[in-house]
Amino acid sequence: MATTIPPPQSEELPEQDRPTPGGAGNGGLGTVVPADGTMQVMQGYSPPASSSAIWVFIASICMSFAAFTSALIVRQGAAADWRHVTLPSVLFFSTLMLLTSSFTLDAARRRIAAYMNGAEKDASVPRLWLYATLGLGLLFVAGQYMAWLQLRSQGLYLATNPNSSFFYVLTAIHALHVTGGLGGLLRVIRRFGQSTLRRSTLTATSYYWHFMAVLWIYLFALLRARI
Amino acid sequence: MSQTSPAPAATHHGPPTTFISKHVFSLDHKVIGKQYYALAFVAVITGMVLSWLMRIHLGWTNAAIPGLQVLSPNGAPGGVMTPEYYLQLMTMHATIMVFFVLTTAPFAAFGNYFLPIQVGAEDMPFPHFNMMSFWTTFTAFLVLIAAFFVSEGPPLAGWTAYAPLSAIGKAAGPGEGTGQVLWAASIGIFCIGQLLGALNFISTVLDMRTKGMTLSRLPVTCWAWFITSCMGLTAFAVLMPATILLILDHVAGTSFFVPSGLVINDQLIPHSGGSTLLWQHLFWFFGHPEVYIAIVPGMGIVTHVLITNMRRPMLSIKAILYSMWALAFLSYMVYGHHMFVSGMNPFSSLAFSFPTLMITIPSTVVVLIWIGSLYGSKLRINSASLFALGFISMFVSGGVSGFFLAQPSIDIMLHATYFVVGHFHMVMGVAAMFGIFAGTYFWFPKMTGHMMNETLGKVHFWLTFVGTYCIFMPFHYLGWAGNVRRYAAFSDDYMKPLVPLHQFITIAALFTGAAQLIFIYNLIHSRFKGPAAPANPWEGTSLEWIMPSPPPWNNFGGKDPVVYHDADQFGVKTASGADYIMQNSPEQALEPSGGD
Repeated sequence: MATTIPPPQSEELPEQDRPTPGGAGNGGLGTVVPADGTMQVMQGYSPPASSSAIWVFIASICMSFAAFTSALIVRQGAAADWRHVTLPSVLFFSTLMLLTSSFTLDAARRRIAAYMNGAEKDASVPRLWLYATLGLGLLFVAGQYMAWLQLRSQGLYLATNPNSSFFYVLTAIHALHVTGGLGGLLRVIRRFGQSTLRRSTLTATSYYWHFMAVLWIYLFALLRARI
Repeated sequence: MSQTSPAPAATHHGPPTTFISKHVFSLDHKVIGKQYYALAFVAVITGMVLSWLMRIHLGWTNAAIPGLQVLSPNGAPGGVMTPEYYLQLMTMHATIMVFFVLTTAPFAAFGNYFLPIQVGAEDMPFPHFNMMSFWTTFTAFLVLIAAFFVSEGPPLAGWTAYAPLSAIGKAAGPGEGTGQVLWAASIGIFCIGQLLGALNFISTVLDMRTKGMTLSRLPVTCWAWFITSCMGLTAFAVLMPATILLILDHVAGTSFFVPSGLVINDQLIPHSGGSTLLWQHLFWFFGHPEVYIAIVPGMGIVTHVLITNMRRPMLSIKAILYSMWALAFLSYMVYGHHMFVSGMNPFSSLAFSFPTLMITIPSTVVVLIWIGSLYGSKLRINSASLFALGFISMFVSGGVSGFFLAQPSIDIMLHATYFVVGHFHMVMGVAAMFGIFAGTYFWFPKMTGHMMNETLGKVHFWLTFVGTYCIFMPFHYLGWAGNVRRYAAFSDDYMKPLVPLHQFITIAALFTGAAQLIFIYNLIHSRFKGPAAPANPWEGTSLEWIMPSPPPWNNFGGKDPVVYHDADQFGVKTASGADYIMQNSPEQALEPSGGD
């Protein structure tokens, strides 16, 4: 009863006609079966998987911070114990560091592209821009830590009042994600040094890093408005 | 299996060589899928044993359960369960079942195994993330189970962990200190695992489809896993912040969820200003999509199994797909129906009730299409198709009680009664379990290379089908009669007469649990001694049936299938005489299926 239809003779295209190695992709846009039954398989461009995956990842992080935001708004309205705090001034410095790092990362990306094309012969130039981004990112995290120290010196700890609680939680969770981004940058630097850096890796890492900056701008505005 | 052409240059990983890389830290989605299945298997047995302990206590409240005092000398002195320990077992039963069985088996286990295969890929796009997602989920399970072994035991606040009970710490009762923190940590870790998994699933469907596999040719199971991943991505991303805030309320003295002036057990709770409703909003924003995460993969599996066994397509597969999308979309708008009596603005009840009633429409559409397609079909009866039919039965029986609960005026009477417990156990618990069983009987030959015993499968089905109706149908009556849920004993005068019915339910539960031994025996025996399975025992059309049973490590042997059809080419006339055309066959139907 359980018969098996043997698979048909190989219909696969020669390897050089495949749009991407492994043949994986988005199914080949424009695959059609005309009425006369002959099969025409058209090549479709298949973007690397990380280009959609990074947006999926960013979407989930957005949802998490949306949850934190709604928690903040509800908590503010829940009781009369909202005590506004003056945001530590070092936050302006750390914001500047993070925004500048986006520019240095983009400069690095363009230098790497030039290097990969052969227009740029010296690998140390793009590498310097990558290290600059890494350094500015580390300065950002250090600045956040300084902000926490400043709050502590004012007697504002995690549980002192709801404002300080949300300040610490939001900045700490963001800093944790930035640290993950630093890990991604390190990976890019290492791969570039070994000449195994893929364009998709660099693109995904830089999208994530720019998102960290955009997210921080949002959080900074939220903190200034509400905390 | 031919390996005439060399593997393409950018394969994600070479064949595993060591025992560790083959069976433990494997990058292969198939191994990861089986690991998830094994985790769900251990979890379901644990959850079932917990339910037996609960049920015995409910039927015979003062009975000593031998050995229970070993697990918890404080919770069950002399083997007699204290009311607090009942609630602790109940919390763990629900948490384990919802997270580690219903989210893990239909979605993570079968999805990891079959999604890449059904889209024609060699593996997921991020195999390392995939491996991390399993081990993260496994770690979450260990952290949760650890709660049994801390001094005060697991938490007692329910799987819903409502504040302030769950947020104020030890003062709230046994298990609310370390146990609750372990619970919250476990759930937070679980969220990370699921987010990594959802990332892989979405990328697989968008970017890893083989040539010719356009979105319209995807099998319905792939769509179900994709829709579930989209829900998981957004829902789990909200639960994790909630668990972080809950842990901070416990360990850091913050007051996100704890209001002022609480005096619990003669202790003034030091927190102040928090909002208990905030926890409910955050939790149920996750919680309602979660129940659809539990059921949508089952719907996909059932549709897939029925199409293959009916030997004809569904009346409208597009309507099923659009309905699944509608369920996913609406699931975010209905969560307040869990909060009708929470004290939130009663006008919000209207805003939540309306989409709750609307969400019955896509559910009904799916069921009607199943039933309409089944009418007049010559359905092949095997264990898989029986459990698929059982899914429909359970989903309808459990779902209709939702119409009542969706209306705030009725819900005021039925909230927190056994009516609700009966509703969700049937529509989510049992239906999803039947979906898991259907998937197991259907795909076991492919996964292991052996056929399961059909006779044992049918016996398992009938015993489970009758048994679960005997257990959960009476719950609806109990609820109408006023039986309150989450009570360890029914000593009030209006509930005492219901105890004999509880005893009947307990006996039914123990029998049905025993019937699962047939399944476990079948599973293990067939794995080693079952007859060899051919590549396509059910004459299916999708890509999992073109590969040998079990598949090689790189799925399609280094060659990529080319897809010419959707997965619904059943009941067609072909030159070869078969009534179906496989997705990768260039053969065209001689004439369109005219029905039979």
